[in-house]
Amino acid sequence: MIVAKQKPLAEIKEMLRPFEKVLILGCGTCVKTCFAGGEDEVAMLGAALRLAFRQDGKTIRTEELTVERQCEDAFIQESAQAVSRNEAILSLACGAGVQAMARRFARAVLLPGLNTTFMGVLEKPGLFTEECAGCGDCELDTFGGICPVTRCSKRLLNGPCGGSKNGKCEVSPDIECAWQLIIDRLTLLGQSDNLKRYIPAKDWRPSLSGGPRRLVREDHVI
Amino acid sequence: MKTDGQSKLKRTLSGGGFAVTAECGPPRGADASVIRKKGETLKGCVDAVNVTDNQTAVVRMSSLAACLHLIDIGVEPVMQMVTRDRNRIALQSDIMGAYSLGIRNLLCLSGDHQSLGSQPEAMNVFDIDSLNLVHAVRVMRDEGKDMSGFSLIGAPEMFIGAAENPFADPLSYRVVRLAKKIDAGVDFIQTQCVYNLPRFKEWMRQAREEGLTEKVYIMAGITPLKSTRMAQFMAAKVAGMDIPQEVIDRMSAFTGQRAIEEGMNIALETIAAVKSIPGVRGIHIMAIEAEERVPELVKAAGLSQRPAK
Ligand code: SF4
Ligand code: SF4
Repeated sequence: MIVAKQKPLAEIKEMLRPFEKVLILGCGTCVKTCFAGGEDEVAMLGAALRLAFRQDGKTIRTEELTVERQCEDAFIQESAQAVSRNEAILSLACGAGVQAMARRFARAVLLPGLNTTFMGVLEKPGLFTEECAGCGDCELDTFGGICPVTRCSKRLLNGPCGGSKNGKCEVSPDIECAWQLIIDRLTLLGQSDNLKRYIPAKDWRPSLSGGPRRLVREDHVI
Repeated sequence: MKTDGQSKLKRTLSGGGFAVTAECGPPRGADASVIRKKGETLKGCVDAVNVTDNQTAVVRMSSLAACLHLIDIGVEPVMQMVTRDRNRIALQSDIMGAYSLGIRNLLCLSGDHQSLGSQPEAMNVFDIDSLNLVHAVRVMRDEGKDMSGFSLIGAPEMFIGAAENPFADPLSYRVVRLAKKIDAGVDFIQTQCVYNLPRFKEWMRQAREEGLTEKVYIMAGITPLKSTRMAQFMAAKVAGMDIPQEVIDRMSAFTGQRAIEEGMNIALETIAAVKSIPGVRGIHIMAIEAEERVPELVKAAGLSQRPAK
């Protein structure tokens, strides 16, 4: 899923200051799962903002709505009327959702309520971890299902750096050394020969480095 | 400035001599006298001097420029290059430039992560890793081609080095990685500072067993400790450092000048010990901001004759 985090209330408040009627629009898929932008978060943020503005002696009218996915036009449509009734939309979707809204509603003011952080998983209750950087050329088969492009702090493809200690990365004791995990898992799988193979310099063209990416599916073009 | 000739470090090592290199860090500023002074101190007592590349991710004078200052005063440099700050385009270009200016030795590293350095806000590069860099330099040198396969007008004939940390985890993989580095094209290895001798010996044993010491010149890293505080700081804060408690205990029995002497004693004992390990072909002294102590250490270790016979 795409993991995001709500922006600090003060920052959101600052963005909203010029407006009196604001739609707080949640997204019911990824960011709901990571407790950043589903119905519950929309309701809580609405209440917190109203209170915060009231303390400043200002009233703000908030409308609350959550659609299934802000990154899909079919779901975005459901918000059309609410969008037209408000001066600004505070979108609690990932960056793709915010932009999909902006694309659909050319005249609406779109404000991001979240900081979109990474593609990851819920590793255990309360902990989300980054797993994939969307490099465009997946090599997980070589690395025992653990991605060094994303999870090694230096994106090393040919084994651990000299900073790996007790399974932790030199960057922080909170970060598992991806290479320790890769070595352990390949050993477990009986694939430690993979470790001996020289991995050539990665071709980054399929990644963001090649410019913004598009995917054309001829079979779906109408 | 002399811009022809081969690496003297290579000549020493391939001639069977026990090589000595030392490390020196460029200044955090544009004052060339700092690097020249360090170079003058080290001149004549070592085969070559490593010049760090924004070491510990702290912004300093560029390694290439500092290497030129050394060449200018007659000291052979080993240019260190990390893949943290430059992509393959910049790395290859700087290697050609460095060779054209007389640099003959290159040490390929990935580099400490920028979050540990002076400007943690920076974006890192890590386009390629240190092995990819070793491989690229080897192909540039031996096949005269850059990473795209383009035939170069003049190949950079670098003596190629890399670092290894026998003390990092996992131990079982460290020798596999060394073998990979050799396959990629590395000529010499400088190791992380040796304090944990049993572990270093074990790593060397594994390297010999795999026949790797026949294929690469291994130089053991030596850093004289100056105080208990330094020992504790390095043990706790420097990535990949392994200082056993008994070494820290030895240091904490002394203070001031006596502690400095004890640090020198430990370094001398370590040099004597690594010299007797089959396959160790030299030492690499990293006297962090204490280059003036290197001549004394080299002399006390009985290694002052440079080049070695
Ligand atoms: S190799 Fe690329 S696509 Fe595969 S998990 Fe890693 S970043 Fe994602
Ligand atoms: S310690 Fe491990 S995860 Fe961290 S940079 Fe080094 S190899 Fe990568």
